[in-house]
Amino acid sequence: MPLPADPNPALTAYAHPERLVTADWLSGNLGRPGLAIVESDEDVLLYDTGHIPGAVKIDWHTDLNDPHIRDYINGAQFAELMDRKGISRDDTVVIYGDKSNWWAAYALWVFTLFGHPDVRLLDGGRDLWISNGRDTTLDVPTKQTPGYPVVERDDAAIRAFKDDVLANLGSAPLIDVRSPQEYTGERTHMPDYPEEGALRGGHIPTATSIPWAKAADDSGRFRGRAELDELYGFLKPDDKTIVYCRIGERSSHTWFVLTHLLGLPGVRNYDGSWTEWGNAVRVPVAVGPEPGGAPGAS
Amino acid sequence: MMPAPLAEVVSEFQEVADQDKLRLLLEFADELPPLPADLEQAAMEPVPECQSPLFLHVDSANPERVRLFFSAPAEAPTTRGFAAILAVGLDEQPATDILAVPDDFYSDLGLAALISPLRLRGMAAMLARIKRRLRSSEAPPGPAISAGA
Repeated sequence: MPLPADPNPALTAYAHPERLVTADWLSGNLGRPGLAIVESDEDVLLYDTGHIPGAVKIDWHTDLNDPHIRDYINGAQFAELMDRKGISRDDTVVIYGDKSNWWAAYALWVFTLFGHPDVRLLDGGRDLWISNGRDTTLDVPTKQTPGYPVVERDDAAIRAFKDDVLANLGSAPLIDVRSPQEYTGERTHMPDYPEEGALRGGHIPTATSIPWAKAADDSGRFRGRAELDELYGFLKPDDKTIVYCRIGERSSHTWFVLTHLLGLPGVRNYDGSWTEWGNAVRVPVAVGPEPGGAPGAS
Repeated sequence: MMPAPLAEVVSEFQEVADQDKLRLLLEFADELPPLPADLEQAAMEPVPECQSPLFLHVDSANPERVRLFFSAPAEAPTTRGFAAILAVGLDEQPATDILAVPDDFYSDLGLAALISPLRLRGMAAMLARIKRRLRSSEAPPGPAISAGA
């Protein structure tokens, strides 16, 4: 059975407040049966320096991605991961992480690909928890659980591929959540590592630039409903919006905002993002600060 | 050729099993020496290729004994760990020896399967910047003459 939603008034204005919990709520529910806490960070060592009591670590790279193909793990691998981490299908999963919850939002999005029913984010993530001076521990839970069902991944609803983006150019809104320098094409790769960036700089034509961080405040918490409405108010409920960044992690943060905080249905995350698009042959690219038009449109 | 202290760090990593490699990296992170009092982080060179803030200072006043200083926050233990590997392995080494370190030496640490390629690149970037600093301080005054590619 899912745990009751966090009734904190700070959350009630959001479209789906049950997808977010405050640090107060989590502190008050630590150890409660049916609650699984997951830490998902960019920095692979951070969990081992101390984490929320009872939290298990799930790594976006080694746990959620296929080791060979650029894709996510499959249903059997996800079930095995859940069993190994002691998470049951009917657990309420609360995910948190570093960097304003980038990787936590990415993990939540992957949990959603497998249809895990109740998965939430900790507002403010790891940094706020630590800066509040809340409890942490070095103890790593060893509980394993059997029987997480094998559920095949459903990519159709929330994941976009390159061909989807191409087919919807000019008809579905695109949001580029990278930095302004990446959007304009000023920065194509990291100095000294030209072979590991993208071969072309710029953005997908028609994409609007809204860096992900505009949706977060200085503490890493999501901005209030009114501010988010203002930021994304140009999107309509029946838009099939697609968001992207470099590999899909920053855009998971925006996907969470649009889907759960603003309640826009049909938003998809293009995880191939610029590391695919900027290297693909013969796809259209726009440079400079303007979105640019869809090729072939008059 | 690797300076002996760096070769020692590499073999330390090679001798432990995968999960223990992360623990070892964390131990290095914990041991990154603090900045000397006279060095201001603001005056150091930032390394933007690292996904977390890292600052670097190279003092090659004595090319036989190059001093390396790093600063990275406690919230970025992986970056600190990489910096500590270079501090332990290359601080106080001669400039010519540092310049001779293979650019991909970090692949011998065996961390590739445990850490995303993106983060490992931060380590390569630190070494590249150290080498660049050493080369520019080595260059004779006047217009640089390239020997060609």
